[in-house]
Order: sequence, then C-alpha cells, then structure tokens
Amino acid sequence: MRTLTRHRLFWPIAALVALVVINTLSRPSFLSVTVNDGELYGSLIDILRNSAPLMLVGIGMTLVIATRGIDLSVGAIIAISGAVALSYIANSGSPESLVTVATGIGLGIGVSLVLGLWNGFLVSVIGIQPIIATLVLMLAGRGIAMLITQGQITTITSGPYDFIASGYVFGLPVPFYISVVAVVAAALLVRRTAFGVLLEAVGINPAASRLAGIKSRGIIWIVYGFSGLLAGAAGIIYSSNISAADANNAGLNVEVDAILAVVIGGTSLAGGKFMLSGTVIGVLIIQTLTATVTFLGVPPAVTPLFKAIVVIVVCLLQSPKVRQLLTKRRKPTPRAERTETVKVSAAA
Amino acid sequence: MFADEPVVQMQGVSVDFGGVRALDSVSFRMFPGEIHSLIGENGAGKSTLIKALTGVQSISAGTIRVRGEQTAFTSPADAQRLGIQTVYQEMDLLPNLSVAENIMLGRERHGRFGINWKLMEADAERALDELGLDLDPRSALGTHSLAEQQLVAIARALAARAKILILDEPTSSLDQNEVSELFRVLHSLRESGVAVLFISHFLDQVYEVSDRLTILRDGRSVGEFLTSDILRIDVVSRMTGTRTRGLPSPLVADGGAELSAGAARPFFRAHHVGVNGAIAPFDLQVGEGEVIGIAGLLGSGRSELVRLLSGVERSDSGEIEIDEKRVRLRSPASALSQGVAYSSDNRAVEGIIGDFSIAENILLALQAERGWLRRLPKQHRDELVQSYMTALDIRPADPEALVKTLSGGNQQKVLLARWLALAPRLLVLDEPTRGIDMATKAEIQRLIAELAANGMSVIFISAEFRELVGLSDRIGVMRDGRLEVVLENDDLSEDRLLAIIAYGSQAGAGDDAESDER
Repeated sequence: MRTLTRHRLFWPIAALVALVVINTLSRPSFLSVTVNDGELYGSLIDILRNSAPLMLVGIGMTLVIATRGIDLSVGAIIAISGAVALSYIANSGSPESLVTVATGIGLGIGVSLVLGLWNGFLVSVIGIQPIIATLVLMLAGRGIAMLITQGQITTITSGPYDFIASGYVFGLPVPFYISVVAVVAAALLVRRTAFGVLLEAVGINPAASRLAGIKSRGIIWIVYGFSGLLAGAAGIIYSSNISAADANNAGLNVEVDAILAVVIGGTSLAGGKFMLSGTVIGVLIIQTLTATVTFLGVPPAVTPLFKAIVVIVVCLLQSPKVRQLLTKRRKPTPRAERTETVKVSAAA
Repeated sequence: MFADEPVVQMQGVSVDFGGVRALDSVSFRMFPGEIHSLIGENGAGKSTLIKALTGVQSISAGTIRVRGEQTAFTSPADAQRLGIQTVYQEMDLLPNLSVAENIMLGRERHGRFGINWKLMEADAERALDELGLDLDPRSALGTHSLAEQQLVAIARALAARAKILILDEPTSSLDQNEVSELFRVLHSLRESGVAVLFISHFLDQVYEVSDRLTILRDGRSVGEFLTSDILRIDVVSRMTGTRTRGLPSPLVADGGAELSAGAARPFFRAHHVGVNGAIAPFDLQVGEGEVIGIAGLLGSGRSELVRLLSGVERSDSGEIEIDEKRVRLRSPASALSQGVAYSSDNRAVEGIIGDFSIAENILLALQAERGWLRRLPKQHRDELVQSYMTALDIRPADPEALVKTLSGGNQQKVLLARWLALAPRLLVLDEPTRGIDMATKAEIQRLIAELAANGMSVIFISAEFRELVGLSDRIGVMRDGRLEVVLENDDLSEDRLLAIIAYGSQAGAGDDAESDER
C-alpha cells in the first residue's frame, strides 16, 4: 500500500477516481453505457470522445515541457489548422469527396507542422526563450486564421469530414482512436528509440548534455514540430466537431488546459523527466472535471475556479514537502522501502 | 603605514555546511588604508570567508570584530551598515539603468515629489569624480565597457561610505590597461583610509597591488604575510600544499615511463591554437598512449586550454590536426566523433545527469553518438553497464540507482565510464581527482596509467604536483593564459614546477631540458 501511494501516478489516478465517484453519486446514470445500433453512448464515452483534442495537444506539450520549454501557440495552431482545412474543402466545390477531405486535412496538418517547426527554429536556432517565441504565434496565429477565413466563420457540410469527430468505428467514437494512435505513436517515438532519454537529458542538464555530445538543437526542433503537428490534428477534430472554422474561439485557452494536464500528470515544468501516462490521466481529469461542472449545474463562468481547486490539490499532493507532512503523521518509514521507491521508472 | 587597530578582526572563525567544515577556525585581519590579498586554490575557503565577513553566511564558531566592536551578522544588510561593501565577480549591477541609478540604488535621494533626480545625479557624479572617472551619470550602464562598469560598482560601494571594500576577482575580465586603471583607483582608496580586500588568481597582480596577503588552504589559514616579505615561490607552495623539498612519487609502480613521448607516435597536433585576450596561441602534440599533465594555478587558463582541445570552447586562431588531417572541433559532439572526449571538473553542472540512473548516465554519450534513432539494444546496454560498473567498482552496484545519490568519487567513476564507453583516442580530464576520497583517487590514478598503457592518450589537469609528476609523460605549465613550457617528465622535480608557476619558464632553467615545444 505504501509503495502504491508513492507511485508517481497514484494521486492523479486517485483524483480521477474521486471525480468519477462524485459524478456517480450525484447522478447514478453517469457510469451507464448504452448500446445503440452497435455504438456506445454515455457520459464516459463522451469524455473519451471530447478529450481527444486536449489529449493530442497535451502529449505535444509534455515533450516540449520536458526540454524546459513551453508551447503557448497550440490554441492558435488549432484555429489555423481548422481554417486551412475548411477553407480548402469549402472552396473545392466537392466537400463530400474523400480526396478533397483528405487533401484538406493534409493541408491543415501540414501547415501546423510548418508552424511548429517555426517555433522550434526560434527556440533552438535563434535562441529565443520558448515562452516568448511561442507567444508570437499565439498572438499572430489567430490573425492568420482570420485572414484565411476572411473574417468569416467558414462552415461546410461534408459527411467524410464530420465523420472525424462524430463517427464511430467498432462501437467507439473515432476521436478516441485518434487519441490512442497519438499516445501510442508518441510512446513508441520516445521509448522505443533513444529520443526520450536524450530529450530528458537535455531537459535535466543542458550543459552536461552538450558535453556528452547530444545535439540538442535537432531534438528541440523536432519536439516543437511534433507539438505543432499534434495541435494541427487537434484543430481538425475540433473543426469537424462543429463543422466550422472559428478563428476566434477554436482552441481558445487550450494551452492552459494542456499545461495543467501535464503538471497534474506529474511532469515538472522545470523540465527533465516526463510521463506521457501521467499526461493522459491529467487530460482525463480535466475533461471529467469539465463534464462534472456541467452535471452539477454549476454556471460555466465558475468552471475555472473548480479546475483551479482540483489542480492545486493534485499538485500539492505530489509535492515532496506535502508528502513528507502526510507521511510523518503515520509510522516512520523503514529504510528499505524508501530506496525501493526511488526505482519507479518513468515508462510511458 | 598601518594604523595600530585592525578594522576587521576575525578570530577562530569556523563555518559548516551541513556536515562539511568549509572554514576551520580561521583568523584574519585587515587594517585601514591597506590593500590585503586573499589567496588560495579552488575550495580553499576564500568565498566562504567573504560570505562570513559580509553576513551572507552565519558562522558556527569564532568572533568577528569590525572597528573594535564584536558583531553577529544576521544578514548582508548588517554588514553593509558597518561599512562593509562587496563588488562581486559577476557584477550585480543593472545594465538597463543609468550609471547614477546604479550608484545610488537603494539610497535614492528623495525630495517632496518623490525622487530628486538632480540631487541624485550630483551625488553619483561626486562618487565618480572621487575615482577620477569621467562618465555621464545619465548614460545607461550597459553602454560602458566592463572595466568602467567595474569602477561604477566600486563608486557605488564608496557612495555607501564603504570603510571595507571587498573585490572578488575584479580583474578576471579586464585587459592590461583596465587593470592598471583599477589599481590606480585602489591606490587612491588606500590613501583615503579604506581597507581593500583584493581577491585574485593572478599572482602578478597580487604582488603589484597588495600590501599584505593571507593564504588559505583546505579551509584553514596558512599564514598572513607582508607582500614584500614573502617570495612568490613560497606563496605558491603554501597555496598548493607542496613542501618545497620533492616527495617520492610512487603513484605508478610500473608502466608510464617506458611508453614515453619519444616512442609514441603523435597523432594529435595543435598549431597556434588560442583565444584573443585569454589564451595565447600554443602548440601541443599528443602521442598515442601518452599522458600529458597540465599544471598551473586556478585562473591560469588551464581549463580553457583543454577545453579548446576538446571542442568545448572555440578558438580564434590556429588549427588542430588529427592523423595529419585538419579537423574542426566545433562542438563537443564533433570532438567526440574525432575520438576526443572531455570530462569537466564541474561534475554537477557539466557532468552528471542527476535524475538519471547510473546506467543511463554511462550510456548517454554512446547513445548520443549513435543518434536517437539507433537505440542501443537492451542486451548490449546491460552488458556495457555491467562491465564498466565492475571494472571501475562503482557503488552502489545497482545500475538503476540515481546518480545524484552517489558520492563524488562514484559520480566521477560513472563519468569516466561514460567516456570510456566511447573508446576515445584522447581522453581529456579536468581535475579528475579533485573532491573525491583518497581510495577512489588512487583508483582513478591507476586507471589513467592503465589506459595509457593500452594506447589511449590522456591529458589531465591537476593542482597536485605529486600527481602530475607521478602520472605524466610530459607536463605542460600554464601561467597567465600562456602555455609556458611543456617539459619531459624525467626526474622533473616538484620544485621546478613550482618555480615555473611562480616566476615563468625562465626561472631555474638549465636544470631540466626544455625539450618540447615541437
């Protein structure tokens, strides 16, 4: 039990379970999943479906934060990605064609990748502080999206495009699969290759990493590019969900939620060791929280307060100082167990 | 020349950091109207003494008297109230603010409507005048040269009515003319009765400017002398702890000597490599299996020298050849790919990845060389880690233990394992045996000898002459940014090294052949 509570993911998972319990108590139907036409419906399914954009952005953010960086531009990239894809599809004259939709998606994600690489260029080559470098695009990005949509909210009617956010495959919503693919791809990238290790080394100690021969420039560049790419994919899901490109509101404040998810998941903003699994839990917590607030009938305007409280509690529980206070009250820990917990790995 | 009453008197002062005694019952005094130098090697306790005197660090034993009054500083503000002002090496000034604002910071002149700028600028101008400085008080500080900024920092201390002025390595980033200018100012301060504590690694400057000096070693005071009463060679030997008579040096029972430079084929050549204003262009050749020791005081450029050879810093001039082919060592990565590995003396900042395990730390450079796409296969990883942990006897024997929890000696071994895993041709070690226990030290010395016997070349820096003489085939001596001489180490005496460090290569020439500046 003791080792369990010391696991890095214990408190995030506990918080998630607590949220589910609160929801179930206040509304027993929360846990129920109904099958309709071979498709699953229910609050839990909604959470899985709706968390997809944040999941993608959060994964990218985790890697960026591990390099001691931050990417504030993800929300703006979501807007641009949607704007590019929908403008192309809307102007193509054949919105129902699979080829058109695929090209639109490719363009949206492609542009996002370029924007991410631009961020990476500013940070790793020019040496601008990440918060400033990505702030540029955070502010300019919505303007760019506005230019692309010519100040309008571009809407389309396209079956194939709608399928991305609303479709079902084998009974589960498509965005859920996209999340899974992104998580698995990222996990393979960082843990099957040596990318994760070198990335963490750069985040923990840049000077020592340089002397060890690590070319941090390339690594940092890739990470920002990856973050841009994932934000672009999130933008496609988001715009598909509303069948519209809204330059002003698409992905608004998503960077804040993503950073919160990363922190709740136990990755330090100081960089270094990161946990993709923690971020996954963090994203689910935030999404469940958003759902909870709605279920409990709290006015949406007060939602941020609830988020803040949960975030503070989870972060406090993870801080070594608070943990020490909590464990001091109980029996003193035998030495052997302590050393054991040091080994907890950061495997995703 | 000196007033009878010391303005600062520290007696039996000790400072502990956790369990470590950084300053061990040190006595130290300063008189008004004198320039007093505090000298010692890395870790001798210079900065700790300053911290104790400026109230930054509380003392665990002893007394500090300032102008006769016993004091118990609890904060730097206490010390400043008594007229103790410090100018730090990395000047704690604000380059975006004006010269006047910097001088008067914290002591702004207030009028009825907030700050009275006219008055403040007049005050600042007066402080500048006292130093004979002709600067516009309204200009931004950052637009002036480093030397002028340094003098502004002194003006700031004077404007606060400093009676005791501490200058922590004020000359490290100044050129020759600027140093003279600084010394002129220090002399005029001495005239006005200020006690100046001057800290520098440059012996020449210490001798040029100071009246009195105190030598620290290993947290203890080794003595206080009038500068005119003590020879440089005695200062150096007291700093380094070398007794002036040579010690037997049986560090390496066998090996080393047979594989001397003459037999070795030089594969690494540096021609006129240097950095403007820091490292004078030098030539150095390294033979296969050769061990070259680098001697020199801290601040002599010994670290900079080896960092130029291993791609950590870039040179302004000269070229490096490996196997008769010109190579450009643009970065540590490019040097590593040419078989040159560098291990820093600053283990915490430039060595270990603290949150990584022993295994990850050992494999880091090898993995970096392969690139991230080609991860070392797990079996290969485990074998490598296991073999190095056994060969170097790294404790704890758990490859998953976090490196930050290891002792200094074991961290050093992990780093050595990291470089050895690359099988470099030239291993450059910056003070590999500093700050580690005796047993590990001996192991590392033995390892260096073994590696060389197996054909790896080693360049290492050491502050210990015994170690240099015991391990090296040749010894290079750095002095004031110059590689003075590279000597064959056949019966080279520690005295001889001492003399060169203190006086330059001309000193005592003749008893040893200065064979090598090939």
